[in-house]
Amino acid sequence: MANSDATTLHKPLGLLAELTHRCPLGCPYCSNPLALDKRADELDTATWMRVFKEAAGLGVLQVHLSGGEPGARRDLVEIASGARDAGLYTNLITSGVGITTRTMRDLWEAGLDHVQVSIQDADAVSADHIAGYKGGFQRKHALAAEAVRLGLMLTVNLVVHRANIERIGAMVDLALALKASRIEIAHVQYYGWALKNRAALMPTREQVERAAAEVEELRLRHKGKIVIDAVVPDYHARFPKPCVGGWGRRSLNVTPSGKVLPCHAAESIPDLEFWNVRDHSLEDIWTSSPAFNAFRGTAFLPEPCASCDRREIDFGGCRCQAFLLTGDARATDPVCHLSPNHGLVAELAEVQEDLAYAYRR
Amino acid sequence: MSYNVLCSFERFRGRERDDRARCAPAAAARLTHNEAQGGWVLLAPERIFKADAIATEILKRCTGEATFAAIVDDLAKTFNAPRDLVLADVSKLLAGLVEKKLLEL
Repeated sequence: MANSDATTLHKPLGLLAELTHRCPLGCPYCSNPLALDKRADELDTATWMRVFKEAAGLGVLQVHLSGGEPGARRDLVEIASGARDAGLYTNLITSGVGITTRTMRDLWEAGLDHVQVSIQDADAVSADHIAGYKGGFQRKHALAAEAVRLGLMLTVNLVVHRANIERIGAMVDLALALKASRIEIAHVQYYGWALKNRAALMPTREQVERAAAEVEELRLRHKGKIVIDAVVPDYHARFPKPCVGGWGRRSLNVTPSGKVLPCHAAESIPDLEFWNVRDHSLEDIWTSSPAFNAFRGTAFLPEPCASCDRREIDFGGCRCQAFLLTGDARATDPVCHLSPNHGLVAELAEVQEDLAYAYRR
Repeated sequence: MSYNVLCSFERFRGRERDDRARCAPAAAARLTHNEAQGGWVLLAPERIFKADAIATEILKRCTGEATFAAIVDDLAKTFNAPRDLVLADVSKLLAGLVEKKLLEL
């Protein structure tokens, strides 16, 4: 297998539209950056409409309306409608707090295709503690129920970490009770606020192993009834995750203020030059912006990746993680057991401290 | 985000078939056209199926109205193709997409 050439330009399939960084919840595992965009800097409705049209023209098929909490935008229905009119499959990723049943109905009428609601825990007190928001647990139920009543397909997203990892089974039961069609069980990935809270969130190896067995068992038990997709816990894996399906290859991310990133964490790599939709077309950015071309293909990868059979599968792992843990964004993601720095990840995976959460505010 | 691009339906061969079944996109799935991607695509959360020319002709007929048998008849007639061959193609495609929850019977 040859190293993929950086000049081979693929068409993106997905766009993550971070409509705002505002959010009523304060989840300590949030992957948003520590420096959040301000409301005054957010893109206006018309610009989002243009971005969606340009995205569809570029080949994008699905848009994920996310944040922050997208419900914090008063023009959310208009934005969703614009995405749908551009021909995009439109998915709303919400905390469930901040969207009224009325807005949910308007979104459905606007042609929204799918809703994803996150839940923090099966236990209400713990869930509200994790989210740093009293009463959030109940409000999510109401929103999920309304979405299902309207006939929208619901995915429930469970973010797993030390405080709730023992209750995965109960969380799956809760998702079933909410009539979800799909469950995403996602172990925390350590970027942004999650990185800041790493020692407070990190499960033990025994917990991770028990959880993996439990998820397999749940999949078998609910086969045919519900789809369970699982995101493996990075720091406990043998191989790294495939950097958003390849840097600048399948997806792009627009921040609330209009910067276009190859992935939501890309701003953690210093010295990358991101272009803004206020100044450039999406096509121009996808094709020519320095940030998108920085790690395209696999030719830049050092050993052990350069001669590895998996280099076109996982692209050497996550560039952001490589930088965050080794200081070199071109290095092999140290999650990989073949990385010379893998020992560091193994060490960090053993650090559990019962610290108070630094809530995302 | 992760995408499973579906391509292999081999393992769904031999599933029981119902000629009277009606097939339509699943609740959250939608058949859509995208010029830049070169044609028709069936979309669902985190799942994308890029339809080739044959799959497009089949999927366009899966509107929940025509029965399985009627779709096969129509395709065989429109493309002047042997019914057995068409039946095999349609069965294979639909079984795979139903399993992946992109289509519903």
